Amino acid sequence: MEFGFTETQLMLKASAREFLEGECPRSFVRAMEQDEKGFTPDLWEKIARVGWLRLPFPQEYGGDGQDFLTLCLLLEEMARVCLPGPYFSSTVLCGLPLAEFGSEAQKREFLAPLGDGRRTMSLAMLEPNVRYDTSGVQLEATARNGGFVLNGIKLLVPYANSVDYLLLPTRTKKTADPDEGITFFIVPTTAPGLTLTPLGTIAHDPESEVAFENVEVSRDAVLGEVDAGGVIFNKISQWGAIGSCAMLVGAADVVLDMTTDYVKQRVAFGRPIGSFQAIQHHCANMAVDAETSKAITYQAAWYLADGMPADQQVSMAKGWTGDAIRRLYSLGHQCHGAIGLTTEYDLQLYSRRCKMWETTFGDTNYHQDRLSRLAGL
Amino acid sequence: MDLRLTPEDQAFRQEVREWMKAELPPDWDSKERLIDFEEPEWVGFAQDFRKKLADKGWLVMHWPKEWGGQDDPLKNMILTEELSYWGAPTGGQPVNQLSAMLLAHGSDELKQYFLPGLAQSKWKWVEGYSEPGGGSDLANIQTHAVKDGDDYIISGSKIWNAAHADGDWMFGLVRTDMDQPKHRGISFMLINMRSPGITWEKVPMMWGKARGLVTLDEVRVPQTNVVGESERGFYVVMASLDAQRASLDRLANTLRIVDLLVEFARETTFEGQKVIDRPGIRNQLAEIMTAVECLRLMSYKVAWLQSNDQPCTREASIVKIFGPDTIQRAHRVGMQMMGAYGLLEPGSKWAPLYGKVENGYLENFARTIGSGTSEINRNVVATRGLGLPRG
Repeated sequence: MEFGFTETQLMLKASAREFLEGECPRSFVRAMEQDEKGFTPDLWEKIARVGWLRLPFPQEYGGDGQDFLTLCLLLEEMARVCLPGPYFSSTVLCGLPLAEFGSEAQKREFLAPLGDGRRTMSLAMLEPNVRYDTSGVQLEATARNGGFVLNGIKLLVPYANSVDYLLLPTRTKKTADPDEGITFFIVPTTAPGLTLTPLGTIAHDPESEVAFENVEVSRDAVLGEVDAGGVIFNKISQWGAIGSCAMLVGAADVVLDMTTDYVKQRVAFGRPIGSFQAIQHHCANMAVDAETSKAITYQAAWYLADGMPADQQVSMAKGWTGDAIRRLYSLGHQCHGAIGLTTEYDLQLYSRRCKMWETTFGDTNYHQDRLSRLAGL
Repeated sequence: MDLRLTPEDQAFRQEVREWMKAELPPDWDSKERLIDFEEPEWVGFAQDFRKKLADKGWLVMHWPKEWGGQDDPLKNMILTEELSYWGAPTGGQPVNQLSAMLLAHGSDELKQYFLPGLAQSKWKWVEGYSEPGGGSDLANIQTHAVKDGDDYIISGSKIWNAAHADGDWMFGLVRTDMDQPKHRGISFMLINMRSPGITWEKVPMMWGKARGLVTLDEVRVPQTNVVGESERGFYVVMASLDAQRASLDRLANTLRIVDLLVEFARETTFEGQKVIDRPGIRNQLAEIMTAVECLRLMSYKVAWLQSNDQPCTREASIVKIFGPDTIQRAHRVGMQMMGAYGLLEPGSKWAPLYGKVENGYLENFARTIGSGTSEINRNVVATRGLGLPRG
């Protein structure tokens, strides 16, 4: 058994931390929460230049060939600074499916531009039924004139108002098994019939409702096979869930440090509040939740990186980590008292994002239920 | 990162399992909660079991080679986990904490005398830490010694141990210098339980088993029985508690109960209703399955860090908090799953899983109390792990 990380992984973590501390101060994060696009071309170019956009892609398409566990370590670092921008939705949730399921032509067309920042994408998964599994795919794609016509709504699409393409699952055939009859499409955001409405989220990131009204797409726009997109949906759900866990784990470390720093210096009743047992126990409980979440998240990331079947490990990790980090930031708030609730203080930057990551790709109830069924119960 | 066990390790685990199943009493599964390895009728069996482990070269694999070990803590971990999973007797404190302390601090005479015998499971041991007047506040112990020639004369009492199981030797903390306060003036020493002046009684506990209360009334102990420096005993013991192994026996107990509950949930209906479909059960069971997986990963990580001679205080302290909570929660979930059937004791008609959940539920109240209360462990994580100021 080996719990350590490779030299490459450790170097990536260290260099990412240094880079992000310089390039992403919290003042920038706050400014981007007020910005319509939510990130800057300058930032995107810098991220491209350090090679992160091409990190997980195969080398033959200009990538670095790094595995999913390594990618998660980078996501952890990004979450530590609340990095704005579509890295997760573009590189991870669209880039990885393109690399794994794309045709030769699609890989040639998309991976290099995604990798050097010339092109961005976003995943449009959730619909008004807000179901996390394949039964939630109800947006209709009807075959017509050799192509397809799309009708329906996608919700909570990150950075839809600035990316070039969307990747979305649609329902091309209704059968008894919701895993069957799904088709993924790559659709340019400029497509006629596509309307964006901005949504206001708890994380203050630019998310949209994307309405499809008779949006025409050609057959070339299909990712993978028609009606056989269920496998892509499930894979993206796994990457989404564990990528979210990685971000939760990164944020948790910062919240724990912020909290211990605060309680060491905040004085009440004549002594630092960190010397009171109630506060000490809150902090100890936070440490337990941080460590258990790391353990279960890294295991799932490793399973995915190693290409092993990982459904149970993914649901264990997401079901646990979402809840655990919610407990963690809640205790963080409790230890901070009222100051931690102000916008001026940094804690709320993390708690609001953590709530987002806890919920997307399945909350705890969903994954606990799913785990019990996967275990044959 | 690679979380797989090697094929050799898996083969060893299988070998242990097969050997152990042949050695345990017949109908072990149904009798497990009724058999007490500390009761007179079973004490001999448990000792023989440990001696057989020693004969197979399995009892002290984690020890240094010069004292009969194999320098292989990972292999010991696999053995301990397997034995504990099935509730079989393990080496326990004598071949872990006590021998670690002897190796680190014992005089040559003490090492030569005790270590070979410990490796052969020659004696039954009694822990002498907690007293009726204090457990968490170990620095405040009152059992005291007065010098008499080359000996100490010791009086006091020790509780919550296995004294009632016909112990041969005690390892414990005694105040040897009354002029020094609190944690100074305490020595760690070995006391022959067959000495005149030692009596013991059973303290029945609510899960049907007992602990021991030992009274020492002017017991004569050679001063050479002190392990380490005199008056430094508190630090010797605290260091060994810090270095405490990942408690993989506890992990295994927890894995076992959750495996039993999952199997129970898969197979059981109460008059037509599947247990898994009872309200709230599905998510509770999934949560505890996940918690146990977290515990397994963290316990293995501690063992891995230790076998690589890396510091593991933070992870080990967290396991000390998370482990007891998890096993308690597992039993609560089990009781919930079983509904009113969960109220039935081992041996009762209708008791599911031979009463393992009911009995384990009661016994595991001790988990957040013994070997360091959860409150103390949280204080330790906060002050030593996170650097918070002491109160």
